[in-house]
Amino acid sequence: MHFPSTALRRLAAVLAFALFTPLALAEHVNVYSARQEALIKPILERFTEETGIEVNLVTGGGDALLTRLRNEGRNTPADMLLTVDAGRLYRAREAGVLQPLHSDFLKEVVPAHLRDSADYWYGLSVRARVIAYAKDRVTPDQLSTYEALADENWRGRLCVRSSSNIYNQSMVAGMLATEGEAQTEQWLKGLVANFARPPQGGDRDQIKAVAAGQCDLALVNSYYFGAMQDSGTAEEKAAADKVALFFPNQAGRGTHVNVSGAGITTAARNVEQAKALIEFLAGPEAQHWYAERNNEYPVREDIEPSALIQSWGDFKADSVDVTELGRLNAQAVMAMDRANWK
Amino acid sequence: MEISAKLTSTSSSERRVSHSWRALLLLTAAIIAVPVLVIVASLLQGYSPVWEHLLDTVLRDYVVNSLLLMLGVGVGTLLLGVTGAWLTAMCDFPGRRVFSWALLLPMAIPAYIIAYTYTGMLDYSGPVQSALRAQFGWGYGDYYFPAIRSLGGAVCMLSLVLYPYVYLLVRVAFSEQSTAVLEASRSLGKGPWATLFQVALPMARPALVAGTSLALMEALADYGTVDYFGVSAFTTGIFRTWYGLGELQTAAQLAAFLLLFVFALFLLEQASRRRMRFHHVSARRQAHRLPLTGWRGWLAFAVALSILSAGFLLPALQLGSWAAARLADTDMAAFFTLVGSSFSLAAMASVACLLIALLLGYGKRLHPGPLEQQAARVSSMGYAVPGTVIAVGVLIPFAWLDNRVDGFMREYFDISTGLLLSGTLAALVFAYVVRFLSVSLQTVDAGLARIRPSLDESARSLGHGPLGVLRRIHLPMLRGSLATALLLVFVDVLKELPTTLILRPFNFSTLAVRAHELASDERLADAALPALAIVLIGLLPVILMTRTARAPAFHDNRDGND
Repeated sequence: MHFPSTALRRLAAVLAFALFTPLALAEHVNVYSARQEALIKPILERFTEETGIEVNLVTGGGDALLTRLRNEGRNTPADMLLTVDAGRLYRAREAGVLQPLHSDFLKEVVPAHLRDSADYWYGLSVRARVIAYAKDRVTPDQLSTYEALADENWRGRLCVRSSSNIYNQSMVAGMLATEGEAQTEQWLKGLVANFARPPQGGDRDQIKAVAAGQCDLALVNSYYFGAMQDSGTAEEKAAADKVALFFPNQAGRGTHVNVSGAGITTAARNVEQAKALIEFLAGPEAQHWYAERNNEYPVREDIEPSALIQSWGDFKADSVDVTELGRLNAQAVMAMDRANWK
Repeated sequence: MEISAKLTSTSSSERRVSHSWRALLLLTAAIIAVPVLVIVASLLQGYSPVWEHLLDTVLRDYVVNSLLLMLGVGVGTLLLGVTGAWLTAMCDFPGRRVFSWALLLPMAIPAYIIAYTYTGMLDYSGPVQSALRAQFGWGYGDYYFPAIRSLGGAVCMLSLVLYPYVYLLVRVAFSEQSTAVLEASRSLGKGPWATLFQVALPMARPALVAGTSLALMEALADYGTVDYFGVSAFTTGIFRTWYGLGELQTAAQLAAFLLLFVFALFLLEQASRRRMRFHHVSARRQAHRLPLTGWRGWLAFAVALSILSAGFLLPALQLGSWAAARLADTDMAAFFTLVGSSFSLAAMASVACLLIALLLGYGKRLHPGPLEQQAARVSSMGYAVPGTVIAVGVLIPFAWLDNRVDGFMREYFDISTGLLLSGTLAALVFAYVVRFLSVSLQTVDAGLARIRPSLDESARSLGHGPLGVLRRIHLPMLRGSLATALLLVFVDVLKELPTTLILRPFNFSTLAVRAHELASDERLADAALPALAIVLIGLLPVILMTRTARAPAFHDNRDGND
């Protein structure tokens, strides 16, 4: 039973650290992260091993962290903001809490439409919003585009989660950016009419509902499907086996994607360290890690996705500037409200 | 001459204590009210055009669903809580002693966690419905099964974890009800049902109101469950407006309306019981319990067991089986660090809440003026506000103060003091006080209300100052209520998520944060261990108190007919 004493020592350290505002002893970088601890900590530890720079972390909701950052103002301890969608980064820039980060390396490896045009932030990993379909009831040739999901032949056959979910919002924002408002509202009405059940649950729940026969199609983020294929529980694996992914709009604008990304705060005191961390996260090791561990697509084109992701096939991603997704987010939510997408 | 001199000196020192008490009360209440006032102040700022959109589209749904949720949870918690309290405090049946504390256990399960476990079991793709389909060869739409993820489902989930508030407070009230009154009722020929409805329940009204209003406030503030179930409730609306529309100010205005609504309910309730008093006349003495024998006893057993199973055993078993599958992959040292930090935080916050509740509650008793009443009320409004909104209410003034101090120091001394309070545990504990003070205050108030003021007067006339009365008379009589207040806040803080998430210092995490992060990523099996730990740590104080406290709420050795 020696682990509790390790735990006690760690706890004492944590409490001491928490009670007294940290003094800059070792070289460090302070991160506000909307990506949750379990999905970022291991790679941050690797960064510390490589560089000797300690990483201090607070995780939370993107908007809540942004509010904290804004209010703490020039005294904020945060050097870096990490979010899991482009919309929050857009808002952070609008709020004036980010500063430009000029890095030739980042500009070279991160495609232009997946980063801020004035270098305020950079995308670090890519997730696609795709159609999951029941293999025994739907064939891929019946599927084509997001737009076609509003067709009448899908009445009562589609599952999707609530419109409060950011990935639904950014998907609709993507539609607004390319198809315009009238077209999008029209589409939303048809889409909502096709729902098999009131929106509920998370993305895995939608996949499970498809597997169980409650609906034939679901709109989900790609990595959730990967996580289920990889799952430790037999039920999730079995559900994933009954379902396949389809990448919509391949003949046109491409499948909707969003990014996780990061930027340096205006008040950052450890700019060099933060820059080193962002560059590390765009480096080959971290890019591979995102793919293997989280089933996300690397943001870099020169890095191969994991074997599991490759098994879903190649796809063409929508090349709309992800900044637009942030700009149109509120408009998207209002359109969804009007279409009565709960 | 000597005697009168002594009397004057007592009363002048008494007045001094009493006055400083009053000043301290108002000051504390004012500080605690700041975050709530920050939210309410948003009403004075401009109204964005988004309001028009909300009014046109979704606001009606938010309001109607939240009202239905309140109604459902009110009925549900009263039904479960009063049944449990009546059975364990007033009747005798097999297993009563165990049930009297075990019925508290559901309180330790966060609402969103119980929602996840029941969804896992009862959803269309879950084991129960899958087995039914396999058994009978049904397909989708061939049979009726209530949808767990629905408004009704949310009412059930919230009632199951919130009824202990009613149970706990009403049970204390029942146990403390004077024997004489209940026995008089019985000797007048009223049966047990009539005694319950016509005597015991009306006499327990402060506890009923306190317990139900806690449950309702928490139901109104719930976000995790309604969000997961896809119910468009008022809190969903607040967060949708903030996150989705990027309108923090409009979101704060929505939250302010929620606050005003709750405040209005309080005033209504207060008006409705004006001039009623609920003190006990005779000494506290456990009334003779109604022995339930034969099938009645077993029926009571079955009822208590079903409440316990639905609220605790089933979800805990589900969590346990998930957790067991993952135990091998868990970093135990990191896990125990989480346990330790959760425990310390909960302990600090519950003690802080109790002390402040005593200050405010007893202060109101010393000075029963309208100012003191409202001060206490306003400072306990935080409970009806979603944690994230309270967090913002704490964040704004703390950061403002820190930056002001820093600005001043930079200007005059060329030193930057940085953020002194923001991002520290102190700020977090303060936020918990703002959020959970209501719990300890309601409990302490309900306890104080049962002590006749004439007792105070007698003690005072015997030469005790206000502090002496508190120490010698009230505290011993309040032991049950104080222990209850500690326990409730402790468990609440243990489960608390959104405030912790946003206000915590670097590298500081709790079990609830961990459970939520994993669950929100739909990794239920991984979330099960921290969730189960919350439940188990929540048990510790319950068990501790059943062992040591002499409180009638937990201790039943004084059985019998004395």
